[in-house]
Amino acid sequence: MSDLRDLYQDVILEHSKAPRNFRVQPAADHKAEGFNPLCGDRFTIYVTLDGDAIKDVSFQGAGCAISKASASMMTQSVKGKTMAEAEQIFERFHDMVTGHAEKPAEESDLGKLTVFSGVSEFPVRVKCATLAWHTLHAALEGKQDPVSTE
Amino acid sequence: MTTAAGRIDSPPDSVTDSIDVARVRADFPILETMVHGKPLVYLDNAATSQKPRAVIDAIMRYYQGTNANVHRGVHYLSETATEDYEGARKIAQQFINAAHSREIIFVRGTTEGINLVAQTLGRTRIGAGDEILITAMEHHSNIVPWQILCEEKGAKLRVAPINDNGELLLDEYANLLSPKTKLVAVTHVSNALGTINPLKRMVELAHAHNVPVLVDGAQAVPHIKVDVQALDCDFYTFSGHKVYAPTGIGVLYGKTALLESMPPYQGGGDMISSVTFERTTYNKLPYKFEAGTPDIAGVIGLGAALTYVENLGIENIGAHEHDLLVYATAAVSAIPGVRIIGTAREKAAVVSFVVEGVHPHDIGTILDQQGIAIRTGHHCSQPVMERFGIPATARASFAVYNTRGEIDALVGGIQKVKEVFA
Repeated sequence: MSDLRDLYQDVILEHSKAPRNFRVQPAADHKAEGFNPLCGDRFTIYVTLDGDAIKDVSFQGAGCAISKASASMMTQSVKGKTMAEAEQIFERFHDMVTGHAEKPAEESDLGKLTVFSGVSEFPVRVKCATLAWHTLHAALEGKQDPVSTE
Repeated sequence: MTTAAGRIDSPPDSVTDSIDVARVRADFPILETMVHGKPLVYLDNAATSQKPRAVIDAIMRYYQGTNANVHRGVHYLSETATEDYEGARKIAQQFINAAHSREIIFVRGTTEGINLVAQTLGRTRIGAGDEILITAMEHHSNIVPWQILCEEKGAKLRVAPINDNGELLLDEYANLLSPKTKLVAVTHVSNALGTINPLKRMVELAHAHNVPVLVDGAQAVPHIKVDVQALDCDFYTFSGHKVYAPTGIGVLYGKTALLESMPPYQGGGDMISSVTFERTTYNKLPYKFEAGTPDIAGVIGLGAALTYVENLGIENIGAHEHDLLVYATAAVSAIPGVRIIGTAREKAAVVSFVVEGVHPHDIGTILDQQGIAIRTGHHCSQPVMERFGIPATARASFAVYNTRGEIDALVGGIQKVKEVFA
């Protein structure tokens, strides 16, 4: 049996209760909406760029603990990074939560984001953990249509 | 008690309960399953019910002993298969007390039943400016087919509102009926809230305006006695898989005169009496609406399931489930921070709830780790969720094989949710 604590780590619970960068940016350069039709999770990601760098990133919306904490910690991890760096982090994060990572989570350079490694034991929750990332990706690409995890 | 055996050995659930739940449980092989090392507690019956051995055996007997196509062979196997297939139609007819077996059309499920009526009666009788009346507690499958039709025809979808308990506002419903109304499509029992609608009165009100009524019976047929003649509804449709039958099979009941007046739904084999390149004459009822080789095994399984329910007695099943509903409502609502969504006076065995500060999806995962299967999400009823200002609920729904012990397990599971999120 997978331990619930592997999924619901204290850091995740803490971020879900008090999400960081949880605000609208009315003047954001880029924004995108992400939606998980299965459970109704819905987030908007706002990005302000400075050249190629992510100067500010924030989010608004509603969802489960995993999706909300993931969005919150994503904003912390990509702030100040270049767009290309953010995409690379997403790729490694995606590999980790889907159980496709070549290296153990602690060697992945994902830092705090490794708290999500337990998600790979709960395949139906992968979409929750990646919703914000897919939405960030769409925002950076300037996609107009809402992102759906289905 | 934490073992399945412990749960089923507990005393009868109530003195008036005439269901021998231990014997019933023994009829369902899947209930012996262990999930994450815990005995399965299956409380997702409004999504689909489990299947008794009688149904599984009937399907196996067909494939092992009598498999053949129906209605055309002159050989032994085909005659036997046809007899069993048509026998199931009679069983379904008696189950909902239809006047004739020709009024029983086999479809894939409730969704197809609704789409059939939308695409036949709907397309020929509903035009620009006409109105279709539904309620605010419909499943998406009783909204979307009408939206598609309205868009195509320039008709309008009207929605009768519900109150904070999840009950239909009957006066508002009555006021929405007008000469423009061409059809009422309403659920018998709400899948998300459990509300049982006052159907007989709703049909009377519609008929006073000469408006036919289609009933989505998916959540009603497994739990309450349905008598389509007493209800006087014009169409009634339900899915087999929610009433212990296989997936992929269901029934559309329609009054003979209406079915005869409607064009066919799909063209193909079995639905014709003669074909030339110039002209096709359609078969008589019910075959006019059953194009192509049907789901013969599914129909036979449905017949076995309805017979199983008849043998237990639908009233006995309803009484057992009502006992569980009363017990669960008290136990779940007693947990601090838990709120039940859908508190209608007339309710089927559904407990939809939210836990303060915890998203239903997280509740679902934590309960699953304890072997407890519930449904979380919007239950294909997004407008209902919107009405109550919530994105989703957790939903426990009961069947004949559930026990009070399983509800105790659910309550323990919700306590665990609160511990994790404390």
